[in-house]
Amino acid sequence: MREITEGSHAVADAVRLCRPQVIAAYPITPQTHIVEALADMVANCQLDAEYITVENELSALSACIGASAAGSRTYSATTSQGLALMFEVCFNAAGMRLPIVMSIANRALGAPLSIWNDQQDSISLRDSGWLQFYAEDNQEATDLHYLAYRVAEDHSVLLPAFVCFDGFILSHTYEPIDMLSQEDIDRFLPKFTPYERLDAADPISFGMYATPDYYLEFKYEMDRALKESKAIIHKAGKEFGQMFGRDYSAMVEGYRLEDADTAIVALGSICGTTKDAIDEMRDEGKKVGLLKIRVFRPFPTEDVAKALSHVQRVAVLDKNISLGAKGAVALEVKDALYSSGIPVKDYIIGLGGRDVRKRDIKAIVALVEKGQGDMFYGLRKEVL
Amino acid sequence: MRELRIHGRGGQGSVTAAELIAVAAFEGGVFAQAFPAFGVERRGAPVQAFVRFDDKIIRKRSQVYEPDYIIVQDSTLIKDVNVFQGVKKGGIVIVNTEKVPDYKVPEGVKLITIDATSIALKAIGLPITNTSLMGAFAAASGEIKFSALENALNHRFPKELAIKNIEAARQAYDKIKGAA
Repeated sequence: MREITEGSHAVADAVRLCRPQVIAAYPITPQTHIVEALADMVANCQLDAEYITVENELSALSACIGASAAGSRTYSATTSQGLALMFEVCFNAAGMRLPIVMSIANRALGAPLSIWNDQQDSISLRDSGWLQFYAEDNQEATDLHYLAYRVAEDHSVLLPAFVCFDGFILSHTYEPIDMLSQEDIDRFLPKFTPYERLDAADPISFGMYATPDYYLEFKYEMDRALKESKAIIHKAGKEFGQMFGRDYSAMVEGYRLEDADTAIVALGSICGTTKDAIDEMRDEGKKVGLLKIRVFRPFPTEDVAKALSHVQRVAVLDKNISLGAKGAVALEVKDALYSSGIPVKDYIIGLGGRDVRKRDIKAIVALVEKGQGDMFYGLRKEVL
Repeated sequence: MRELRIHGRGGQGSVTAAELIAVAAFEGGVFAQAFPAFGVERRGAPVQAFVRFDDKIIRKRSQVYEPDYIIVQDSTLIKDVNVFQGVKKGGIVIVNTEKVPDYKVPEGVKLITIDATSIALKAIGLPITNTSLMGAFAAASGEIKFSALENALNHRFPKELAIKNIEAARQAYDKIKGAA
């Protein structure tokens, strides 16, 4: 049923439909509305889950790790400094192969303090072993939660997943959403069947000491599972499309890309504004297209290479910066296109909530056509 | 696509107004999008909220720079913030004030002033002007029906509060309709 609601509330509703058994989270702007709504649902008996209030984010994810190891479907949500505080246990959750799903309402990292959006927080955890999904709009933000649980809990994956949606830009936006029913989600998402679980009657250990004889193999297995999850995402995304009409089988999505000379690559909500800018540039006769990346981990290297194989130049929009190097998305795209010789330019954009307009996208296309890039876009020189 | 920009101060309900206008517009069968732009998160600080209306799905996520409509909840903002910036020719500006304006809106733009504070004080007992201004917006713009606004307010607020806010919105709606 189509309704109009706030992104955070839609995400909370989607999480409820996934029937999590344990939720542990700590409120932080702009994630707060999600966990407030879930706490209400648990208190009002609309959701049969244990809601654990904790003193900070480190405890939130630690509680989720315990609950997940005991065999529960487990959920958390955070952003920015909250995710930074979870850094240590993020690696534990992945290493212990626990399919926790966590919403990230993407926000910049301090210092300087910023409550506004960019994607530095989740991107900074790219090496942790979590799957990372990025939503363009609130419809996708809800749907990707169903997909995330389905993929994460698959016994050939068993890794945790972030569902990332841009803080404020999506989390605080009211827009129409087609909400699925409990019956729908019960058909798509089976009950969580743990591969192994903590059981006092049959004791096992998770996350034990690994000597140098074993550690390398543990990491290899995690990497293999993450890469093999591509096939699981494809299958689950296709099935979702067959059931509900929105096909998420592809990890990347082209927009007016088939005959494009210039391709823009981006992830998250910036794709919407970019599509509007592309329509206007197309009307002016410019052959510009978009490649939206929906899954950043595992990175769809082959899909990116294939989708961009015919273009003459690529402009990557990065709402993050690996300081001292480049934007994280550009580094991946350059890797994917290395042997093709197609020039790839990077544009660091929208950090700390700097607004991105259609005219900015058009200006970047003009820059990449002139071969100018690998830069911070839109710097206010007067304050440098 | 039509766009609305609301200027207020933290605590005046600008964000709620944007949300409820979007909800009412959606009931009327159009695509709507509402979102806030916070400055610093505290009472009294200048806040903006935006609404877009369109017949097709709205993909654009940037803030509103060239609005068709502007609502100014607090006329003291006018000296601090360029609240009329970018307003389109043929656009409508609604300012909450009891005074005769000593400022000018750009040429070709219609200025409507309404003493929403007095209406709110009488109907709600508090100087919270957002619902009165929503009523004024419905009357001046035609983007939302009053009945849809009423439904949105009933859905958002507990019964007693909803009745008072609907009364405030109705008084402002009637005043603007009467003046038109």
